[in-house]
Amino acid sequence: MRVNFTVNGRAQQADNVWEGESLLYVLRERLGLPGSKNACEQGECGSCTVTLDGVAVCACLVAAGQVEGREVGTVEGLADGDRLSDVQQAFLDAGAVQCGFCTPGLLVQATDLLDKQAEPSDVEIREALAGNLCRCTGYEKIMDAVRLAARRKSGHA
Amino acid sequence: MDFLRPTSWREALEIRAARPEATVLAGGTDVLVEVNFGHRRPEALLDLTNVTEHQGWSEADGTVRIGAGLPYARLIDELGDRLPGLAMAARTVGSPQIRNRGTLGGNLGSASPAGDGHPALLASDALVEVASVRGTRLLPITEFFTGVKRSALAADELIAAVHLAPASGPQQFAKVGTRNAMVIAVCTFAIALHPEQRRVGTGVGSAAPTPFRATAAEDFLTAELIGTGQWERPRALPELAANRFGELVAAAARPIDDVRGTADYRRHALGVLARRTVHRVWDDHRTRRRQCA
Repeated sequence: MRVNFTVNGRAQQADNVWEGESLLYVLRERLGLPGSKNACEQGECGSCTVTLDGVAVCACLVAAGQVEGREVGTVEGLADGDRLSDVQQAFLDAGAVQCGFCTPGLLVQATDLLDKQAEPSDVEIREALAGNLCRCTGYEKIMDAVRLAARRKSGHA
Repeated sequence: MDFLRPTSWREALEIRAARPEATVLAGGTDVLVEVNFGHRRPEALLDLTNVTEHQGWSEADGTVRIGAGLPYARLIDELGDRLPGLAMAARTVGSPQIRNRGTLGGNLGSASPAGDGHPALLASDALVEVASVRGTRLLPITEFFTGVKRSALAADELIAAVHLAPASGPQQFAKVGTRNAMVIAVCTFAIALHPEQRRVGTGVGSAAPTPFRATAAEDFLTAELIGTGQWERPRALPELAANRFGELVAAAARPIDDVRGTADYRRHALGVLARRTVHRVWDDHRTRRRQCA
């Protein structure tokens, strides 16, 4: 089947999509957008987190046909050209990136959190990121990065 | 594989009648896992996400009607005040990403004995509204689950909504798992006080082939509270009564040994959860009464 949808503001069309295919597969293998990572394929790790009509979801659990006519936002859409988003810059500055595999999902999920809640408490950050696994176990630096991004965003840093 | 995309509830029912072999797809948090891993190769997927009629909720005549397609995240945000027990349970589902997508209707459709939403529905005597081109029927939640991942849903039916009364007293939900997020329950327990009926409701998950009500425990506590005049003059719940309640909940379970826990552990844990949550709801009830007085 053919799927028409918008990715990071650009109209996209994917052809010969198998009906059981996930949005993640379409993004990575058909549209050449490998930022969303493929790891668990069961919604456990959060590495494929994208936004679907503005809501954070695991791309591996969305059927390709379910995005017809809808808007998807991926990690590739966070930066403005070479200019990183506040959250991306905070991850770099805080040293929150180790192997980097979980980073795209965390960036999308953390961006979603800060869009909804400008000054989240630590408990709120932990809960928001509970579905994103980091196998390097770099969680403390990730917490630092989200706190830093929040401070910068609200003008306290 | 066919990808069927109705855009209205009526059309969805017609397709369901014509293609009973199709796998119903809502949030995809169960179905896509099975498809991704090749455990399931449906002949057709019937996607309900373009059907908006069943994605909201409404309240009328003392009943909340939750559309089957309402995601958990919205249930928590919008119904947490009316349905605290169900909202507590919904907060333990997966992760934010999963709760943004997963639905109560999908939870019922999967009919897993470990479904997080089920115990709270049992504790509050929910009704499941199921529909087909033949018409609509309301099933008591106790009649909905018929076996492991089996329900009373006919091949041409779709789950339309869940009906339940807004909480009239304190409610609690407790779940045992290895961490707070992303766990399939080892066991779960829900309790609801129904002060206007002077009754206690319970629901138990992941401890038998289907979720169930611990009716002997309900009957014991209901009789105990009435018999000791607790509703007229609420006092602390005696430890003996809380212990007996826990024992009866544990005794009602028919758990199995599996990778998540042993049957013995589940029985023990259920007793603890029941004891703990009955104190929470009763203390909550007593405190609120005192504040009102």
